[in-house]
Amino acid sequence: MDGVLTVAFLKAAIIAGTPLLFATVGEIITEKVGNLNLGVEGMMLMGAVIGFQVAHVTSNPLLALIAAALAGAIGALIFAFLTVSLRANQVVTGLALTIFGTGFSSFMGKGLVGIKLSDEFSASFTSIKIPGLGDIPVIGEILFNHDILVYLGYLTAILIGLYMYNTRKGLNLRAVGENPAAADAASVRITAYKYGHILLGGALCGLGGAYLSLVQVPVWQENITAGRGWIAVALVIFAAWNPYKALIGSYFFGGLDIIGFRLQGTGIQISQYFVDMLPYLMTIFVLVIVSLKKDRKNAPPKALSEPYFREER
Amino acid sequence: MQFRVVKKPEISQKQYFLIMLAAITLALLTSGLFILLLGFNPLGVYASMIQGAFGSAYRIEQTIVAAVPLIIISLGVAIAFKMKFWNIGGEGQVIMGAFFASFLALNYQHLSRPLLLLLMVVAGFIGGALWGLIPAFLKAKWDTNETIVTLMLNYIALKWVTYLQYGPWKDPASLGFPKIANFTENAILPKLFGVHIGWVIALILVVIMYIFMNYSKKGFEIAVLGESINTARYAGINIFRTILFTMFLSGGLCGLAGMIQASAVINTLSVEVAGGVGFTAIITAWLGALKPHWIVVVSVLFAAMVQGGSYIQTAFGISAASASIIQAMILFFVLGSDFFTKYKVVIGSSLPADRKGAK
Repeated sequence: MDGVLTVAFLKAAIIAGTPLLFATVGEIITEKVGNLNLGVEGMMLMGAVIGFQVAHVTSNPLLALIAAALAGAIGALIFAFLTVSLRANQVVTGLALTIFGTGFSSFMGKGLVGIKLSDEFSASFTSIKIPGLGDIPVIGEILFNHDILVYLGYLTAILIGLYMYNTRKGLNLRAVGENPAAADAASVRITAYKYGHILLGGALCGLGGAYLSLVQVPVWQENITAGRGWIAVALVIFAAWNPYKALIGSYFFGGLDIIGFRLQGTGIQISQYFVDMLPYLMTIFVLVIVSLKKDRKNAPPKALSEPYFREER
Repeated sequence: MQFRVVKKPEISQKQYFLIMLAAITLALLTSGLFILLLGFNPLGVYASMIQGAFGSAYRIEQTIVAAVPLIIISLGVAIAFKMKFWNIGGEGQVIMGAFFASFLALNYQHLSRPLLLLLMVVAGFIGGALWGLIPAFLKAKWDTNETIVTLMLNYIALKWVTYLQYGPWKDPASLGFPKIANFTENAILPKLFGVHIGWVIALILVVIMYIFMNYSKKGFEIAVLGESINTARYAGINIFRTILFTMFLSGGLCGLAGMIQASAVINTLSVEVAGGVGFTAIITAWLGALKPHWIVVVSVLFAAMVQGGSYIQTAFGISAASASIIQAMILFFVLGSDFFTKYKVVIGSSLPADRKGAK
């Protein structure tokens, strides 16, 4: 595997894993508050198309990113309203959101297909070498010589991790997902917590989609996420609902995503289409492994996908 | 002023119907607003959609052709959903069914038409059923999350057919164009009243599934398992076998739909054979309340929306994707409306009179 596991490959794996990381962390925080939102793919697509549209019109990277996060959050708001306030079935509502987001992005992106973002815009996302860390041999090049969003990805995963495990609010958030009745009795505002974190999760999914359309690809193509939202949902299980582990999972799957190009480079005779199956096959494999070694530490939040109704306590 | 939510007693069939109707109306109003924002007259657009779906004999035929796979896949998905097994792999099961059927169609052309078609039907069913058994086995054995496994299998099935189409099955006669050879006449389903006989198969399946779900022991066991795994265990239902059987049936129906699409609609195997219908069927199955007769109604309406959607694309230049937005919108509203069938919102924060003493 010497020909494959090069510095350039591992660096590219980090880039390919970044959209997955944003989406996975977003879904972790959503599920931790007790809501299983299967609309990740839809929210990513909404963020991707709106971010691209804004970038195309304004050439302003910050505006584009904010718009993408908002688009994801709006998708999440639909989900939150239906599942939290109206107690609709979370699985079906999430699927509906994915169908909606897919339709929405293909609708909005119809006139954008094939358009490339300006060089001026893309210049905002050139690699920045972090002084000091970036000079470490090998590791510095792989981890600390990237565009600003990759760093934002590291930061997001770490901050969300600190928030979840080291703050009062984070404790409340986990309580809502594990035992909402108890949290309610301790006067945690269930509805506010649910809405807040579902929206935050959606915004992160939107950002993940935008990373694809603004930085990784920078040309609009229909269905640009190609199932990455679903891989993110699986990664949540792989990471055992832990944002730090999501870092490892996302970059690992990022690597699988691009391994095809590398294998071709080394002259290994295997059809591109089989290599393309790898991330999906691996996802199934990982899920089976995770379900084989079930233990309390890796279990989902207890009240996941159950609506909370105070009068039914 | 505060709002409180309280449980409602069971509501009548008529009330339920009215709430649904209100939800669909609201969905159309919201979509209309969206169309208005795009600068079109919503009434004009809706009228053209109806025109595009039912405006002529040919268009009605096309709508029925689009409804056939929706009905069959929805039936397949519905039986799994009844068990609360979230099979969102309809798309992949359709593709694998089409693949199995196509294998026969391309290699056994010398067989007589009835025999070949019959074998293709069986092969299509088995192809989808086997693809459905994979997540079923994983779920039954290790409780592996079926939502994600079925979804991943969609992508794998799609890549597999892409491989065939661009590789070993590519038609040498197509001058390098990546296309699998068209089926010969004896591998194509015949027509009845202008539409391929898939519609007859669909209606027969609706009746069979209605009886199966409502009057058979197995159908009852599936429903019990869906309600509560503990109840099912207590009642002595073999959970492992029930999950496998249900997904064999669910995937098989989807695979059969794949055979029909390959044989009667595109006359070959291609990456487009499912074309998202496996996902739309999830909506139609849910909106049809997992009941076969309602599934027929919803599927025809959705097929009409798809046909109407592609018509307004040519008439108004509105993307055909607008149809899927309207579909999702209807689903959102119906999902939300379910709340009003179970609860009512009352104004004021005090407890209702009958519970004041209790607290």
